[in-house]
Amino acid sequence: MYAFEIERPTTLQDAVAAIAGGGQALSGGQTLIPTLKARLADPGKLVSLHGVAELKGVCTDDDGRICIGAATTHATVARELAGSYPGLASLAARIGDPAVRNRGTIGGSLANNDPSACYPAGALASGATIVTNTREIAADDYFHGMFATALEEDEIITEVKFPVPRAAAYEKFIQPASRFPLVAVFVAKFDDGVRVAITGASETGVFRWTEAEAALSSDFSAGALDGLRVDPDHMIADLHGDKAYRAHLCAVMTKRAVTAAA
Amino acid sequence: MPKDSGIGASSKRREDVRFLTGAGNYTDDINIHGQLHVHFLRADVAHATLNGVDTSAAEGMPGVHRIFTAADFAAVGGLPCGWLITDRHGQPMQEPKHPILAEGKIRHVGEPVAAVVADTLAQARDAAEAIVLDYDVLPAVIDMKAALQDGAGRVHDDLTSNLCYDWGFVEDNKQAVDDAIKGAAHVTTLELVNNRLVANPMEPRVAVGEYNRSDDMHTLHTTSQNPHVIRLLMGAFVLGIPEHKLRVVAPDVGGGFGTKIFHYAEEAFCTFAAKALNRPVKWTSTRSEAFMSDAHGRDHVTKIELALDADNNFVAVRTETLANMGAYLSTFASSVPTWLHGTLMAGNYKTPHIYVNVKAVFTNTVPVDAYRGAGRPEATFQLERVIDKAARELGVDPIKLRRQNFITEFPYATPVAVEYDTGDYVATMDKLEEIADLAGFAARRKESEAKGKLRGLGVNCYIEACGIAPSNLVGQLGARAGLYDAATVRVNATGSISVMVGAHSHGQGHETSFPQVISEMIGIPEDQIDIVHGDTSKIPFGMGTYGSRSLAVCGSAMVRAAEKVINKAKKIAAHLMEASEGDIELKNGRFSVAGTDKSVAWGDVTLAAYVPHNYPLTDIEPGLEETAFYDPANFTYPSGAYACEVELDPETGHVKIERFSAADDFGNIINPMIVSGQVHGGIAQGIGQAMLEGCVYDADGQLLSASYMDYAMPRAEDVPFYTVDHSCQTPCTHNPLGVKGCGEAGAIGSPPSVVNAVLDAINSGSGKKVAHIDMPLTPARVWAAMQ
Repeated sequence: MYAFEIERPTTLQDAVAAIAGGGQALSGGQTLIPTLKARLADPGKLVSLHGVAELKGVCTDDDGRICIGAATTHATVARELAGSYPGLASLAARIGDPAVRNRGTIGGSLANNDPSACYPAGALASGATIVTNTREIAADDYFHGMFATALEEDEIITEVKFPVPRAAAYEKFIQPASRFPLVAVFVAKFDDGVRVAITGASETGVFRWTEAEAALSSDFSAGALDGLRVDPDHMIADLHGDKAYRAHLCAVMTKRAVTAAA
Repeated sequence: MPKDSGIGASSKRREDVRFLTGAGNYTDDINIHGQLHVHFLRADVAHATLNGVDTSAAEGMPGVHRIFTAADFAAVGGLPCGWLITDRHGQPMQEPKHPILAEGKIRHVGEPVAAVVADTLAQARDAAEAIVLDYDVLPAVIDMKAALQDGAGRVHDDLTSNLCYDWGFVEDNKQAVDDAIKGAAHVTTLELVNNRLVANPMEPRVAVGEYNRSDDMHTLHTTSQNPHVIRLLMGAFVLGIPEHKLRVVAPDVGGGFGTKIFHYAEEAFCTFAAKALNRPVKWTSTRSEAFMSDAHGRDHVTKIELALDADNNFVAVRTETLANMGAYLSTFASSVPTWLHGTLMAGNYKTPHIYVNVKAVFTNTVPVDAYRGAGRPEATFQLERVIDKAARELGVDPIKLRRQNFITEFPYATPVAVEYDTGDYVATMDKLEEIADLAGFAARRKESEAKGKLRGLGVNCYIEACGIAPSNLVGQLGARAGLYDAATVRVNATGSISVMVGAHSHGQGHETSFPQVISEMIGIPEDQIDIVHGDTSKIPFGMGTYGSRSLAVCGSAMVRAAEKVINKAKKIAAHLMEASEGDIELKNGRFSVAGTDKSVAWGDVTLAAYVPHNYPLTDIEPGLEETAFYDPANFTYPSGAYACEVELDPETGHVKIERFSAADDFGNIINPMIVSGQVHGGIAQGIGQAMLEGCVYDADGQLLSASYMDYAMPRAEDVPFYTVDHSCQTPCTHNPLGVKGCGEAGAIGSPPSVVNAVLDAINSGSGKKVAHIDMPLTPARVWAAMQ
């Protein structure tokens, strides 16, 4: 770790100002802190969002969407959404281990956009809206590839709004070492169609499997996916699985998610 | 009824109180006034010519005391290898220098190139970043087969090739083996990889060097399984410090698994730098450094052939192995694929003809050395895998095939130069069939199939050779050390006892089990007896703990020393009771005169020894303390039979281990609970090797599995509840306790049954035929094999 300054603002306004002044946002730090410890980053100044009360907590808006403050931990989401959106609560409940879930936050996860993170699949499949200090971004426009998002310099996520589907499930096949998804699929069934988002698999980060969505929108059953294949071309290949295996798992885990949701 | 103390009692591990309440004293807990911190600048390329190390920008940085490079160690020896192997042609192995810091060349990622000593670790790291290495990258030598080809790049320019040795065993058997295979009714051939592992003890390595000008005394505090061995190697071969001026202390050590046997560069560095700077110097490995500097394990590529006659009797075994040495010879690296591997190739079977060939190869990777089992898991794995493959090819039951070929008469001299003193392989297999409920397997398979899963059953046997010995024999085989051990039993005036033992406990529970033996012998409570270990200034001598040797070798020394103490105490008791020494009996902590009601308590006798007012001073010395050295007559040969049951998801290739059963014969047992714990831990590591752990280099020599993000360790959910049994006991015939050793059995015995089970699931249930899958059996590999 290199030496760094740390600011601990208590209001969003102060946090935004501190970040604009050259600070690196710290929200849970489950990726950032290990990166710092390995001396792979030297941000000079960290701005902890931990003390900003307005970034925390869960509520429901007038449209019935569940609004989760960006600095809300996975453990809180798992607990608070158990009745209102069990599919997403279950995703949050299975991120990392208890220590990770009690520090890591939804905003931190979505801002980092690790290609193997869980939340991007939940947000994309839900058609969530990512709210920042300056605007609202539809999930479909937010994820730009591995570790890349629509966020501008100095822009921070303040809240994430989730429409609640009729049915949803998240099926995760873990990479044995990291316990991140090797391939994980979030399926969400809305009145106007089904959305399927896959994380862990693609070189371009989380993605929607549109062929599966079309098939499931007319027949929400695992059988509707028979014969559908994800193109292995853009899949990740590493120690833990080649492209063909990941492409195969996309189909298997999607079927399982549909079965679990139905 | 189970005993509540002494031999055979499951006494609770007394050391766990301090471990579990944060009161342990690990090397990193040692902080000495005035200590400095060292950070090693490690190579980030695998192979390069090192033209220069420019430290000029780093020298003046805040807190920096001194920066060391190879030039500072010009007068110092390299790290020695403890075993000279003589090859098939009578030539000594090629033995390159292993410098403290890289000398002229970089030979593996992680090799220390420079060392910065500063007031704080952060300052040392800052300064290390300002060091400029001038090097020219060379093509990395990674693949062993490629490394042996003509024209391959050389890891060591001063050697004639990358071949360390070409070992044949037993060379005189070769022709007979070749002939037997030619004439056999059936030959099963299997090529396999025994995957490279990283030991990953919970506590990383640490070294704290100290020097005292007043008495010219060096002290090294280190995470070692064998402090006396480190003192000998570092003092005599590396730094030239006489042993009476060098103290090595290994306090609580948080797991070793072999990787803390060896003498490492960081230990020599901290000892050397402490004198050079006249300040204590401390190094604590990060987990990242551990991955690229702790000696790795296994890494064999093997072809094995098993020949059978028309009645399915084994007639010959022939194996060819490439064994990765890494970039340098670690302390016992050369012995692992040879004497600890070839001698076990008979396994539990009466195969008359066996020939083992091993080529040890230098590559641009971290040195490879002993890891829990060390050579014996590699032998067991290939033998038990090829037997399973033969059974499938021949359409015979794999258990029946094993039983048919069991050695049943003891002692048994194998064709690979060892003599098993005792064993009962039929009994352990019978016990296994019972505890694993093999009869219920078919029903369990049906249940799995109803869920769309495949169920497989894998079985294997193993034989182990523990307590490697005797010293005169291993000396002939090339060992550069003796393999005895020592103990001092010091009886205090009031009767309590301190036993100074050469064995080192780093998870084995010696502090509990060793006193159980003394308590049994004398009849005083276990809590009156303490074990002292891990400090060369406190114990007479010791070769340390590895190879499941502690109780069989050091425990025997302790028994011998205790017998001397008891003999002397009987003389004192005879004097006190005015009886004949021959009539004195010791029972339950009292000396009595046979046939009378006269007796004196243990404490009365010990007090007399130290307050010798009424004492036969003309015949015996005061005091009550005895030392014994014990050099075993032979190895011990634990054995067993293991069964693994898996459930496989054919859609994903995911394997869940549902049941694991182990029937072991460890001879006599001191503490059944500790033995079970050792077996549990060993099986977990074996399952780790079979299912999860794989150390992988890319073609450039970069370590791809360099953290827990990519190197998978077994976790609680990866292992089942084990069923272990050690009621089959054929005591060792040549040590006083009749014990055999249990530390490595689980790691040796479990990988073949896991792999056999997965292949059984595929071949018996899916309609697909898969002959072999290399470990670790990750879901991706299992799924790919089934396509």
